[in-house]
Amino acid sequence: MRRDRIVAIVPALNEAGVIGRVVDEIREADARIEVVVVDDASTDDTAGIARARGATVLQLPFNVGIGGAVQTGFKYALEQGYDLAVRLDGDGQHDAREIPRLLEPVERGEADLVIGSRFVEGKGSYRPPFARRMGIRVFARLVSVLGGQRVTDTTSGFVALDRVGIELFARDYPHDYPEVEGTLVALRSGLRLAQVQVEMRVRESGASSITFVRSVYYIVKVLLALLVSSLRRYPRLEGGSR
Amino acid sequence: MTPLRASLVGVVASLLLLLIVLELVRGRRLKERYALLWIATGLVLLVLSAWRGGLNTIAGWAGVQTYPPAVLFAVATLFILLVLLHFSTVLSKLTDENVELAQRVALLEERVRWLSAESPGSLLDSPPAERVRQE
Repeated sequence: MRRDRIVAIVPALNEAGVIGRVVDEIREADARIEVVVVDDASTDDTAGIARARGATVLQLPFNVGIGGAVQTGFKYALEQGYDLAVRLDGDGQHDAREIPRLLEPVERGEADLVIGSRFVEGKGSYRPPFARRMGIRVFARLVSVLGGQRVTDTTSGFVALDRVGIELFARDYPHDYPEVEGTLVALRSGLRLAQVQVEMRVRESGASSITFVRSVYYIVKVLLALLVSSLRRYPRLEGGSR
Repeated sequence: MTPLRASLVGVVASLLLLLIVLELVRGRRLKERYALLWIATGLVLLVLSAWRGGLNTIAGWAGVQTYPPAVLFAVATLFILLVLLHFSTVLSKLTDENVELAQRVALLEERVRWLSAESPGSLLDSPPAERVRQE
């Protein structure tokens, strides 16, 4: 059996403090994985450190936002012909040791997109503040209704994809706050979804990109995107065609 | 009825708008593509200002009985909204293209880095002229 080529896409913005360890941990989790750090125009030495640890670094000339950065990684994966991709944040909040479990469904060809969910069947110890928990739940409900499949965590940035997913997101990925809308786009394109329970760590450095003031904009923008997205037509992709 | 003075002011203002737009296009500071909506705005306002009977008739249709020139304001506002909306679509397109360009730059830069590591001294390290001489 041919071995899958796997790429880890790691968007990073000013994560010089932890990016080295993130790269190392991904390698330790699975030595086959090539680590690609997408540096969204950091002002610190994120790119240099990642490169020194042996990661491929895609450096954006200016800040394009998380969605545009992640999509750069998908485009790279598509061009370089990778079979599978896993995407995790460069701030260390996603535990690289969970990557093999996350990859399992796509490696077995059972899913095109695997979401590392914090809330599968109420398991897991992650208890966000009330407002955020409500927000996450509302988005999950909405995506489940609009996408026709139950999703427990649409705001997770810890996902694995097969070739079908890579192709879809390389072509069509929302530019800011991409996770929720991206999940809906995937469902409406007919991708097979799997969810794996993961724990997420407390942020190690830097601040969450979602501050209080931005959260209102976030909610409104995502709601609009979801509604508009559900009015669009998406070509059905052939899942499991690899 | 529309006061004559209001009509005159309307004519002068819309002519001024048209002149400015044409001058900007002539000096290549405004692309024809983006001037079209402005020219349409100027022309419509000019016609409605000069053609007093027409303005009164339209005011009648619109139910504006007391002061027909109010229709001029309404039409001008509508066109300004159209122009702004047009700008928003242009801006959206530019934003997408900008991100796309940034992504391509990042991918190409990585490829160049990889190529020059593959065959040291062939790319980047030496200026193009020197490379030609080597071949």
